[in-house]
Amino acid sequence: MEHKEKPKLAMYWASSCGGCEISVLNIGEHILTVDQVFDLVFFPCIADFKVSDVANYPDGYIDLCLFNGAIRNSENEETARLLRQKSKVMVAFGSCAYEGCIPALSNLTSKQATLATVYDDNPSLDNPEHIRPLEEAEVPEGMLDLPEFYDRVKTLDQVVPVDYTIPGCPPEPEQIWAILQVVVAAFTEGAPLPPPGAILGAGDRALCDECPLAREEKAVSRFYRPFEIDPEPGKCLLDQGIVCMGPATRNGCKALCPRVGMGCRGCYGPMEGVEDQGAKMLSAIASTIDVGDPADLDEEELERKIEEVVATLPDPAGTFYRFSMGHSLLRGARPEPEAVTEGGGS
Amino acid sequence: MKRITIDPITRLEGHGKIQIFLDTEGDVANAYLQIPELRGFERFCVGRPAEEMPRITNRICGVCPEAHHMAATKALDDLYGIEPSSAVQKLRELFYMAFYVTDHTTHFYALGGPDFVLGPDAPPAERNILGVIHKVGVEIGKQVIDCRMRNHGVIKLLGGRGVHPVAGLPGGWSKALSEEDRVKVEAIAKENVAFAQFSLKLFDDIVLGNKKYVDLVCSDAYSHSTYSMGMVDSSNRVNFYDGLIRVVDPEGKEVLLYHPKDYAEHIGERVEPWTYLKVPYLKDIGWQGYTDGADSGVYTATPLSRLNVSDSMATPLAQEAFERFYETLGTGKVDGRYRPVHFRLATHWARLVELLYAAERMLELSQDEEITDPNLRPQVTNTPRMGIGSVEAPRGTLTHHYTTDENGILTGVNLIVGTTNNYAAIAMSIKKAAMSLIHAGVIVTEGLLNRVEMAFRSYDPCMSCATHSLPGQMPLELTIRDADGNIIQELSQYVGSEA
Repeated sequence: MEHKEKPKLAMYWASSCGGCEISVLNIGEHILTVDQVFDLVFFPCIADFKVSDVANYPDGYIDLCLFNGAIRNSENEETARLLRQKSKVMVAFGSCAYEGCIPALSNLTSKQATLATVYDDNPSLDNPEHIRPLEEAEVPEGMLDLPEFYDRVKTLDQVVPVDYTIPGCPPEPEQIWAILQVVVAAFTEGAPLPPPGAILGAGDRALCDECPLAREEKAVSRFYRPFEIDPEPGKCLLDQGIVCMGPATRNGCKALCPRVGMGCRGCYGPMEGVEDQGAKMLSAIASTIDVGDPADLDEEELERKIEEVVATLPDPAGTFYRFSMGHSLLRGARPEPEAVTEGGGS
Repeated sequence: MKRITIDPITRLEGHGKIQIFLDTEGDVANAYLQIPELRGFERFCVGRPAEEMPRITNRICGVCPEAHHMAATKALDDLYGIEPSSAVQKLRELFYMAFYVTDHTTHFYALGGPDFVLGPDAPPAERNILGVIHKVGVEIGKQVIDCRMRNHGVIKLLGGRGVHPVAGLPGGWSKALSEEDRVKVEAIAKENVAFAQFSLKLFDDIVLGNKKYVDLVCSDAYSHSTYSMGMVDSSNRVNFYDGLIRVVDPEGKEVLLYHPKDYAEHIGERVEPWTYLKVPYLKDIGWQGYTDGADSGVYTATPLSRLNVSDSMATPLAQEAFERFYETLGTGKVDGRYRPVHFRLATHWARLVELLYAAERMLELSQDEEITDPNLRPQVTNTPRMGIGSVEAPRGTLTHHYTTDENGILTGVNLIVGTTNNYAAIAMSIKKAAMSLIHAGVIVTEGLLNRVEMAFRSYDPCMSCATHSLPGQMPLELTIRDADGNIIQELSQYVGSEA
């Protein structure tokens, strides 16, 4: 602390996969610059049961905290609160922290169903006594505790105020480096930081804007699953009836998935001005459906036709909200364990 | 009873937490490795279309998404009853070898390497990849970064993305390799072979050339005689992409050789009330608790165990390295095969032998005539019911098992993830390392964190995935509690630099 002050950078993972860290590492040699410019605080000791270094830091000691991972259990939440308190700038880094990401598909089911499947209903299980992990377990030598596994996956901004958001699963390295350059300029040259609340490292339009595949906005009479059709190269996947989340997804990744013939699944979240990515996608899908001339149909028929085509989509909720379930408007409706879960069948 | 808690902030299925209990004499009574996190993929994947699994399950681990992507894709092959063409198999394997090169490189230089290059007792602040760079020179540091970057480039080229690839399809692959790109991949593979050889030489110079380190590697504190598991090809050679699962006993005798589809006959998973992670063991042997030896069903699935189950390596330079490994650390042959090596720290060396194999195999595949075949999407006609796919993830045998309805909508998902295989063995290694450093109430605080950490770092547990990032060290905190639960002492890797 007494030597020359460098801005302090923290990166913490809550409930996540580590891919955000790998993406940071994939900025390559720039990582050496990051090391020169920042004091890296790669997180010490922030569990719930002890006075840690972080807890000992003065409030606001950390200049920039890149928080990735969702809030899945009580320990994640406590850590998020602690880091918020200790950080000047708190960033929701990556899809999990931003909107729950794939693990938030768990919000379509329940805690009890999850525990039952994981610990009691699998072919390799050997658990005749139906043991479950306990928040407090007695072992011969004493007690061992575990964090509380929450009913739902929460996003970072549902737990603490967030200053900026960096979307993506994971955020692309080029975007991460671009952001870090802005931050470095702010800390070293007094350049202004982006306005609070901004989404960084992405564009503000739909992914289709930067997709090289040619879109003609063709109407489709059915949808195909990825293995049911060999897409024509150079042509928009949605035009060919392959579900692609491009029209409902923020640009910024350069349309990586469509470039290799696979539909976007929306990991950059909704574009500017759209609150609910799934609802946006549903309306985009509805507008691509070939219903003939709507003038010939009354409203009921029109609806039925649309439903018929939508029925060729196997799992609308799990597809349109693949990454954004944590933020989706669906979150208000708590489905019963067995009711909505298997939306696609079973 | 005194209790020591080590809380590493680590990753994959959560933050591993080590609890060490002392008895009234002040010796180690027991040690527990708790995984306090669960995400529940086995449940929330139910209801999803099976073909989405390669793109969903890679989110289990962002360090080894390629492994989940591949196991899921192979499970889809089985689910839809499609034998992929040899062009598809080769392209997938090429992709997978690029992944192995970058993953093993990252582990050795960022995670395992610092313990040796800088020494286990070096100040924690230096025991990281930057410390390695300072010690061995910026040039080598840049080589490591280059190696990661060029191979992540190949992963992106073939898989569509640098992290969380998307190209896997039932029986197929969505991205073909052009001749122009093939030439680039071939050049990268050549660089990889040279880099792997260089890394083995570095290990030779730094570790094998230093008696203190050799003694450490071979010390009893880091030794466990368990069963070894790994995937082998039809000649019983190491294979990461496809083959049968072979298990050898602590003496090296083959006890199991089974198709991955039969995994549930051989692997049982226990549930403990004190951890969210399940504990697998060999059903054929039985569960005897956290103990080693031929009577205990505890097994490992690591780079070391893969070498232990194999008769040889499939590429020439890796075979030389394999022989040198066993001639140096082994105790001769039985039935024409090398006896297993049980020194856990030798896993780092085994990882480098595998690195060389992956690089050589990548080069072979990049020169294969079929590798630029553009026909990679077979027709899918069979009705799905059940599919199982396995690969060797860097951290152990990875198995995905799906059941579906007739539309291919998932009704059941079972996953046995690489690191999970090693859960019991890791816990045992931690306990043993702690026992060697804590006696009669005397706690060797200096180096305790490092040494216990080294015990489980050799497994490269996925709980530590994120420690593959820059600092390469596991932030640890250790708390010693008296019988009433009062904290009497705290140790932290960060106290020295921050306090």
